[in-house]
Amino acid sequence: MNHLSSLFGLLLQETSNDRLSTAIEGIKHPDLSKFLVIAAILFIIGVAGVLTRRNIIVIFMSIELILNAANLNFIAFSRYLQDTGIGAPVSGQVFTVFIIVVAAAEAAIGLGIVIALYRNRETIWIDEIDLLKW
Amino acid sequence: MYKFIWLVPLLPLVGAAINGIFGRWFRFSEKLISGIAVGSVALSFLISVAAIYSYGFSGNQLWPNPYVTTQGTFTWIPAGTVNQTLGQAAQDAKQQIIVMIDGQPVPVSTAARGALLNIDWSYQLDPLSAVFMLIVTGVGLCIFVFATGYMHGDAGFYRFFAYMGLFMFSMLVLVMGSNFVMMFVGWEGVGLCSYLLIGYYFNRDEAANASRKAFITNRIGDFGFMLAVFAVIATFGSAQYTNVISQAASYPVEALGHWGLMSWIALGLMIGACGKSAQFPLHVWLPDAMAGPTPVSALIHAATMVTAGLYMLTRTNVIFQHSQTMMLVVALVGAFTAIFAATIGITQNDIKKVLAYSTVSQLGFMFLACGVGAFIIGIFHVLTHAFFKALMFLGAGSVIHGMHHEQDMRRMGGLRKYMPYTYWTFLAGWLAICGIIPFSGFWSKDEILWRTASTTIVPIGWLLWIVGTIAASCTAFYMTRLVAMTFWGREKFREKLAGGEADEAHAHAFAIGAKPHDARLEAAGDRPRHEPGEHVGPIHETVEEHQEAHDEHEHGAHIPHESPSSMWVPLAVLAILATVGGFVGVSTAFTGGRLVGGRLNIVNWMAPVIWTPHAETFFGTKQGTQPPEPTVPEGTDGELARGPSGFNLAHAMESKLGERLTEFLFIGISLVAAGIGMALGGLFYVWRPALADTWSERLGPLYRTSYHKYWIDEFYGWAFTRRTMDLARGVFAFDSKVVDGGVNGSAWLTRLSSLLTGGTDKYFVDGLVNAIGNFVVRLMSPIVRAAQTGFTQNYALVMVMGLLIAVAFYLFKSF
Repeated sequence: MNHLSSLFGLLLQETSNDRLSTAIEGIKHPDLSKFLVIAAILFIIGVAGVLTRRNIIVIFMSIELILNAANLNFIAFSRYLQDTGIGAPVSGQVFTVFIIVVAAAEAAIGLGIVIALYRNRETIWIDEIDLLKW
Repeated sequence: MYKFIWLVPLLPLVGAAINGIFGRWFRFSEKLISGIAVGSVALSFLISVAAIYSYGFSGNQLWPNPYVTTQGTFTWIPAGTVNQTLGQAAQDAKQQIIVMIDGQPVPVSTAARGALLNIDWSYQLDPLSAVFMLIVTGVGLCIFVFATGYMHGDAGFYRFFAYMGLFMFSMLVLVMGSNFVMMFVGWEGVGLCSYLLIGYYFNRDEAANASRKAFITNRIGDFGFMLAVFAVIATFGSAQYTNVISQAASYPVEALGHWGLMSWIALGLMIGACGKSAQFPLHVWLPDAMAGPTPVSALIHAATMVTAGLYMLTRTNVIFQHSQTMMLVVALVGAFTAIFAATIGITQNDIKKVLAYSTVSQLGFMFLACGVGAFIIGIFHVLTHAFFKALMFLGAGSVIHGMHHEQDMRRMGGLRKYMPYTYWTFLAGWLAICGIIPFSGFWSKDEILWRTASTTIVPIGWLLWIVGTIAASCTAFYMTRLVAMTFWGREKFREKLAGGEADEAHAHAFAIGAKPHDARLEAAGDRPRHEPGEHVGPIHETVEEHQEAHDEHEHGAHIPHESPSSMWVPLAVLAILATVGGFVGVSTAFTGGRLVGGRLNIVNWMAPVIWTPHAETFFGTKQGTQPPEPTVPEGTDGELARGPSGFNLAHAMESKLGERLTEFLFIGISLVAAGIGMALGGLFYVWRPALADTWSERLGPLYRTSYHKYWIDEFYGWAFTRRTMDLARGVFAFDSKVVDGGVNGSAWLTRLSSLLTGGTDKYFVDGLVNAIGNFVVRLMSPIVRAAQTGFTQNYALVMVMGLLIAVAFYLFKSF
C-alpha cells in the first residue's frame, strides 16, 4: 500500500502548520500532486460522462474533458521537469498544442458525423444507435 | 621440314574454320573464301612435298624408318593399363605356375599381361603415308581450284569450302596418324564430311536421302572396323602402328580355312574397308553419293576417301598376310566387285553414275591387287586412279557446267567442238582408264592382272585373272560409250528438248521475271548456278519471246560453252598426271627385270612397309635373316600353310614359254582386252548407233538386270529397310499398346483412387468438420452473441474496465 499512502496523503490534503515553510518547500521541491489529482478528477468525470450520458454531444464534451486532463498532465510534468532541470521540458507543452489542434479537428469531424447521423436517423441518443449490434 | 608435318592437316582445318565461322558473319567474298581454302591446301601440299623430299631423298638416312614427329605430339588418350586378353599375351597368362603351399602343389594363374596404353596424337611419315599425303593434298589442290570455278555463284560457297577443308583435315589425319585410334578419328571424320557434302543441296530429297544412305552404310563398315581396333588393342596392348606391326610379324601364319585371331582382326578391318571403299555388298551408297556437287564426287568419292580402305589394308598388311583365308576373301570381293560394278556401268545413262560405278569397279581392282598380295600395286593403282578418275569427274563436272545442269548423256553428244579443253583432257583420262600404253592406268592395271595371274598367295589366281580381264574389257567399253555419247556423234542437245527439272527451273525463273538463266532459286540436279544475267544460249530479248519459244518447243538448244580457266587448268594438270603418272611404276618386263628409278619407283619406295616372310628389314626394324617358318596347325596339309598349291596359270606358262615372253604375252592380252572393249564401244556408239538399241533388246533380261543394278537396292530395301520398318512398327505398336497402356492404366488407377479419396474427403471428412462446426455454432452463438449489444457505451465500459484492470495490475503488482 506504499503507493497509495502518498496518494491518500495528497487526496486528504493534510494541512501543514507552517504554510510559509511549506511554500518554500514547494519551491525547492516542486510538487506535482495537486495537478495530477485535478487531472485525474477531470479524467474520471470525462470517463463517467462518456459511459453514462446518452446524448452524443455530451459524450463529445466528456471526451474533451479527458483530453484536457491529459493536457493538464503534460503541462504539469513539463513545468516539473523544467524546475528540476531534467530532460527537455518544452516538448510537453508542444504536445499540448498538438493535442488541442487534433481535438479541434476531431470535434469538427465528430460533429459532422453527428449531423449526418441525425439527418439519417433523426436522433442523437446513443442507445438508439445500435448499428454495431451483431 | 619433316618436323613440320603436323601443319599439313592443321592448315586446311584452320582454313575451314575461318571460312565456316566467319564466312557468313562477315559475308566473305568468293575470292576471299577461295583464297583461304585454296591457299591453305596449297601450303599443305608444299609442306608435304618438302617433308617427303627431306624424308626420302635428302640423304639424311631417315628412309625407311617410320618417322613419328616430335613437334605437335602429345598424349591424347592416357588410357592407363589395359589387360591383353587375346593373343600370345593371353596365352602367357594361361600358363599356370605350381606353387607349393603346405606341402601341397597348388596351381596359381598369373594375371593377364597388362600394357600401358597411352594413345598419342602424333603424325607418322613413312612411305605409305607419304604417297597418300601427296595424293590427298596434290589432287585435292587441283579439285579445290576447280571447285572455285564450279561452285561460282552458289549461295553456300563458304559452307562448301568449310566442309571441303574439314574433309581435307580428316583425310590427312586418317593417312598421317600414327595409330589405329587416329585412323578411326579420320575415318569417322571423312564419313561425316562425306555425309555433309553429299547432302550439300539439302533441299533436294535425292541428296538428303543419298547422304543418309552413305552415312548409314558406312556405319555398318565402321562397326567392323571398331571391333578390329578393339581386338588389336586387346591383342597387342597398343594402338601404335609400329608396336602392333612389329608384334604381329611374329605371329604364325594362319592357313586357308583356319580362323585364328589374325583372321578375325583382318575380317573386321575388311568389313570396315568394304564400307568405306564401296565394295560389294556395301557398295550401294557410292552411286547415290553422286547427288553431291561434282568436285565432291571427284575429291571424296573417287580420289581420296574411298581409297581409305586400301590405305588401311596396306597399313595392316602384316595382319592380312598372316591370314590366308582373309587374303582370299579380299581377292574374291575385289574381283567380284570389279566385274559386278563394271557390268552395271555399261547401261547407266547419267554421266556421273557411270563414273561412280567405274570407281567401284576400279576399287575392286585395287582390292584384288591387295588380295593377291600385291599391296604396292594396289596403292599404285590408287595413285593412278586418283589422277585419271579425278580428271574424269572434273571433266564431267565441266560438261555438266557447260551443258547447263544436264547430266543425262542421251542429251549430249558432239561436245568436242564446244568444249575443246575439256574434251582433250578427258581423252587422256579415257585412255588411261582403258589401259592403253603408255597412259598411267595401263601400268597399274596391267600389273594388277599380271600379279593376279602369277600369285602364290591365293589358290585361284587364274580365275581371278580371267574375271579381272573381262572387267577391264567392260571398263574400256563403258568408258568409250561415255566419251562417244558425250563428246562425239550428233549434237543431241539440239534435237531433244532439255526438259527435266533443270529446264523447268530455267523456265520458271523466266516466268517469275528473273534474269535469263538465273535459275538460282530453283534447285535442280547437281549444278553450278550461273551468274545472274549470264547467258549462254540463244538470247531471247523479252520474257514473252522466251516464253513463246518454250511454247513452240523450239527452245532447248542451249549451246554448251567451255568452262572458265579456273576449271580447265586443273583439268590440264590432272591430264598430264594421268598421262605420265604411271611411270613411277613401270613394269619390270620393260626394264629387263630391274626396278628402275631408285626410290622414285613406287615398288622400291613402298617395299619397307610391306611384310614378306623373307624380308630382311621390315618397317624400320631389322628382322632375322631366318624368316619365321609358318607354323602349321595340326591336321592340315603342310603345303597349304606355306602357299596354295594347284594350278597357277602364269607359272605354268612360264615353264613353257620363259618368264619374259609370258609377261609380254599377258601385257598383250590385257591390251587386246582393252582394245576389244574400246572397239565394241566404238561400234555401238560411233559407227553403228542403231546397234546399241538392237542389242539391248536382244539381250533384254541381261540389259534390264544391269540397268536396274542387279536390283540390289530393291533387295536391300525389301530385306533390310522394310524389315527395319516392320520392326519399328512392331516396337511402336508395343510401345503404344503395352507401354503406353501401362502408363495410361496407371494414370487411370490414379484417377480412380483420387476420385475415391476426393469423395471421402469431400463428403466424409468435410461433412464431419462442418457438422461439428455447425453444432458448436448453434450451441454457443446465443451466449456469445449476447455480448454484442450494439450500444457504444457498453464497449466503452469494457474498455474502461480493461484500463482499470491494467492500472490495478500495475499498482498492485507487488502482491
